[in-house]
Amino acid sequence: MVGKTKTIKVDYLARVEGEGAFKVVVRDGVVESAELAIFEPPRFFEAFMRGRDFSEAPDITARICGICPVAYQMSSVHAMEDALGVTVDGPLRDLRRLIYCGEWIESHTLHVYMLHAPDFLGYAGAIDMARDHAEVVRKGLALKKAGNDIVNLVGGREIHPINVKVGGFYRTPTRRELEPLAETLKTARDLALETVKLVAGFDFPDRERDYVNVSLSHPGEYPFNEGRIVSNGGLDIAVADYDKHFREIHVERSTALQAEMLGVGSYLVGPISRYNLNFDRLSPLAQEAAREAGLGPVCNNPFRSIIVRSVEILYACDEALRIIADYRQPDRPAVEIRPRAGIGYAATEAPRGLLYHRYRLEEDGSIAEAQIVPPTSQNQPSIEEDLRSYVGGWLDLDDEALQHRCEQTVRNYDPCISCSTHFLKLERIDETSR
Amino acid sequence: MAEAHKPRLAVWKFASCDGCQLSLLDCEDELLAVADAIDIAYFMEATRGHISGRYDLSLVEGSITTAHAAERIREVRRISDVVITIGACATAGGIQALRNFADVKEYASIVYARPDYISTLATSTAIADHIRVEFELRGCPINKRQLVEVVSAYLAKRKPVTPAHSVCVECKLRGTVCVMVAHGTPCLGPVTHAGCGALCPAYDRGCYGCFGPMETPNAPALSDWLSRLGMDDRSISRVYSTFNTDAEPFREEKERHGR
Repeated sequence: MVGKTKTIKVDYLARVEGEGAFKVVVRDGVVESAELAIFEPPRFFEAFMRGRDFSEAPDITARICGICPVAYQMSSVHAMEDALGVTVDGPLRDLRRLIYCGEWIESHTLHVYMLHAPDFLGYAGAIDMARDHAEVVRKGLALKKAGNDIVNLVGGREIHPINVKVGGFYRTPTRRELEPLAETLKTARDLALETVKLVAGFDFPDRERDYVNVSLSHPGEYPFNEGRIVSNGGLDIAVADYDKHFREIHVERSTALQAEMLGVGSYLVGPISRYNLNFDRLSPLAQEAAREAGLGPVCNNPFRSIIVRSVEILYACDEALRIIADYRQPDRPAVEIRPRAGIGYAATEAPRGLLYHRYRLEEDGSIAEAQIVPPTSQNQPSIEEDLRSYVGGWLDLDDEALQHRCEQTVRNYDPCISCSTHFLKLERIDETSR
Repeated sequence: MAEAHKPRLAVWKFASCDGCQLSLLDCEDELLAVADAIDIAYFMEATRGHISGRYDLSLVEGSITTAHAAERIREVRRISDVVITIGACATAGGIQALRNFADVKEYASIVYARPDYISTLATSTAIADHIRVEFELRGCPINKRQLVEVVSAYLAKRKPVTPAHSVCVECKLRGTVCVMVAHGTPCLGPVTHAGCGALCPAYDRGCYGCFGPMETPNAPALSDWLSRLGMDDRSISRVYSTFNTDAEPFREEKERHGR
């Protein structure tokens, strides 16, 4: 008897940042393979950074991703400061948390309202959604704008901020400059609270797996720029030991370098992992909103990541307000830096998860080696495993609905394919080029 | 009653960081009004629905780095009435054009365990090197107010107001004290195309040229000043060699100071 084969293929995945595709092959009701193909062309950042000055890293690495440039700036400046033996604390450290809050609000809101919510409400995109839900989209845009307002003020502009440097900032804002931001953020916090309630009411596929959660963890705060790398499986390491526990593998079947945890395999970074490992360090308001939304302290359903993201938006508004209230402008915008030879490591929490940078510097401060591991390459094996595990239960759906459900499974991760340092093309699945 | 024909907009992506097309979604106050005036017919970052056929206006982000992209951009031209490139990648090849001065095979072997899997061109080139374009909007990233201006201008069939003078003029308009004269901070403002609103000097930082060269810049004269401020040849070469490294006046000046 000939087996019945079904192939679900999406040649150009919409509502993700960058260019990707996926293919799921089902034979006789069993998922045979699930592959995420990424055809974002390589841009070779780690290669052309060799020979550049350490001070150029935040501006250059920002260009890896227009959606999360602050994350690249934060990981690069902290890695450089580690190599150069410098610590940045006090108000400068707080300002870095503040600008990161801005990016989380902006990037998460973009995903929640414009990329992900249309899946749950049955629209092709947010603009179509606005025809029936104008007020919802308008509120989403206002919330997103509040995040951009922070990045804009602290960083100079929303995309590729110009004010971040190794050692601190070029110029720090005055208290007076930050005051109007607080007013905007109070409104934003209300909108974020509404957002948690809104998305908690969506209809979620009942799908769970036991994920290995990995994120930064800091004893006193929900993590942004600092902490140890921990997992729910007992991992607890300094960032400098990342390469001893994780490695990037070049899988021919797929089109990307993927990361794996040695002896463990696939793992999950991003909002769900941060939340599961740091729930008690969320602000009381964010914890309460999470509980009311029906989230326990652990969430293993990736479709509910939209709620977790919304809780993190709320937290980021809360945290930004706290920072602004406590802020005193420092005497100097940056600590002094002297070039020296060394190796520096840093991991920070990009909106999509752990972003690891390692640099080796020559004596004159020029970069001898750069290594960058973006969150989406760490999540890619997990995305494929989700497709493999979940698709089998949806085979009674018609083709259109099944394809859409698969797309949604990928979009749960808010994959950022433009963080392309490690993505490459092996095979283009493309029907349009026939 | 049949709806009047709304102009159709498409947004295309090549090698890039997605930041310039994100600028469109960052127009939070204007987005819904824009969507009322035009049909956003193809915009993969924002919607899974798309209308095929012809487009009145195509915005193109990113540079050409693969053989497939070089074919695809010709197809974009064929189905578009007006093509506008947005950002430094599309107008000058972007930061990834640093490969144009290096061996791309070596680059691939630095980044990837199996460089033989990599299929890429030796160069990263601007869209206008491949097809005719009606307008090039500068910036890494573009300025969203300029984006709204350019889209509105083309829909109204008028010329966009995007001055080609230097960032210095923008500092004067903004009332920012010259960081080079007053503080001795090296600044590319005198040779850089306006459009950002002279952002960096307002943050006590020298301009780093992310909008690319202005019309008829005098880069050698600026480089003399930079060396008088203490920059060596290597540093001078580096400052011209970033996000618009393959834009001709910057490339020439970089090469004059060694690679």
